[in-house]
Amino acid sequence: MTEQKIIMDTSDIDRTLNRIAFELWEHNRGSETFAFIGIRRRGVSIANRLSRKLQEFTGVRIPVGALDITLYRDDLSEIASHPVLKKTEIPFPIKGTKIYLCDDVLYTGRTIRAALDGINDLGRPEAIRLVVLIDRGHRELPIQPDYTGRNITTTKGERVEVLLQEDDGIDQAFITGGA
Amino acid sequence: MELRCKNLLSIGDLVPTEITHILDTAASMKEVSERDIKKVPTLRGKTVINLFFEPSTRTRTSFEIAGKRLSADVVNISASSSSVVKGETLRDTGENLQAMHPDLIVVRHSCAGAPKMLADVLPSAIINAGDGAHEHPTQALLDAFTMRERKGSLAGLKVAIIGDITHSRVARSNIFLLNMMGAQVCVSGPQTMVPRFIESLGVTFIPSIIDAVRDVDVIMMLRIQLERQSQSLFPTIREYSRFFGLNRTVLSHARPDVLVMHPGPVNRGIEMSADVMDGPKSIILEQVTNGVAVRMALMYLLIGK
Repeated sequence: MTEQKIIMDTSDIDRTLNRIAFELWEHNRGSETFAFIGIRRRGVSIANRLSRKLQEFTGVRIPVGALDITLYRDDLSEIASHPVLKKTEIPFPIKGTKIYLCDDVLYTGRTIRAALDGINDLGRPEAIRLVVLIDRGHRELPIQPDYTGRNITTTKGERVEVLLQEDDGIDQAFITGGA
Repeated sequence: MELRCKNLLSIGDLVPTEITHILDTAASMKEVSERDIKKVPTLRGKTVINLFFEPSTRTRTSFEIAGKRLSADVVNISASSSSVVKGETLRDTGENLQAMHPDLIVVRHSCAGAPKMLADVLPSAIINAGDGAHEHPTQALLDAFTMRERKGSLAGLKVAIIGDITHSRVARSNIFLLNMMGAQVCVSGPQTMVPRFIESLGVTFIPSIIDAVRDVDVIMMLRIQLERQSQSLFPTIREYSRFFGLNRTVLSHARPDVLVMHPGPVNRGIEMSADVMDGPKSIILEQVTNGVAVRMALMYLLIGK
């Protein structure tokens, strides 16, 4: 088995999301017209946690939507197996709303490109901001996050994975493989 | 997960896990049709040809809309306006279409086996949209999707299929699929329209429509296919309607939560009375809505790569 290097544990992830939630609230003071959209799967869990934290801190409930980007991928012809399609569920109007788009790991930026196309097909938001738990570099598109949990340096051969309680039963981020 | 087959010619091409996968994918696709902008870019650059040698409103439109919602280019060909009327063979028509590099050809033909014949000689994917009295697999899939959505599961479901079983490709595909997924199927209809040895397909034959509907979750009515009947199989349409039509009286013997389905087109007032067709137990139009989602799922799974 390849070696795993743990980069974040439960308390790291929790502290990081606390910080992002506070930053977000600070930047939006006085306005509650924003919403979270998580990219399936783990982006949705991150969006739910941010929304829950904001409710604990401020009492305000920020809505959360789930976006499946499979239908917008640019690599369907290249990947070996069809990704399983899940439902996109956005329970609020996109039009005129400021969207905080959440994902676990930012890598090439292609997932985010697909998500931007997906959101645009659902309506014209006031703005879209990007929230990621980990930015591992190696972008292939001009996309940058607005809120980053942690920047880490990786080689292209390495894999960065985030496990979350809701999806995987454990909170952890780790790196495997690489030269 | 992948489908093992390149084509969908019959339900027998699929295994239960693949059927579940198609239905799950369709459930996710359904959301696209509920948006303001009903289009996603998934099949951009793919070409779908609808090759219909028999009349069709629902199925052809459904495939066309499914392809367009996934951004495929969809071309419709109907036999009456094609070179078939000039005497071109099916194989030649197929090979000429293939020369224009389609990714998927959807075929409806009055001869059983026509889509299989094309699939054997053409490299593009083929979907059988109904071949003679053989099979109509996408109809069975959309029926299964509709039943599963309403009843939660197909396993253990009791389904009565009533009408012209002999000539019905819908009945055959549904029997194969429902058996495979663990549902129980019974059929009913005039003896002249139910094949002998129908029990060998794993269904029971119940001669009386009232006995057939009594304890089922779903009643699936079939259309009287006058165009496929070479001899008269019942004395008059009125008599058929009286003995095998689904009306309020017959329905009163069924369970209160029964669902009434029909693959369309309905001969209103013959196999089904107007009040039943438009009544609260009828989910005929839901079947049509779901048909688009199921066909989107199939196109995505067959040519989405």
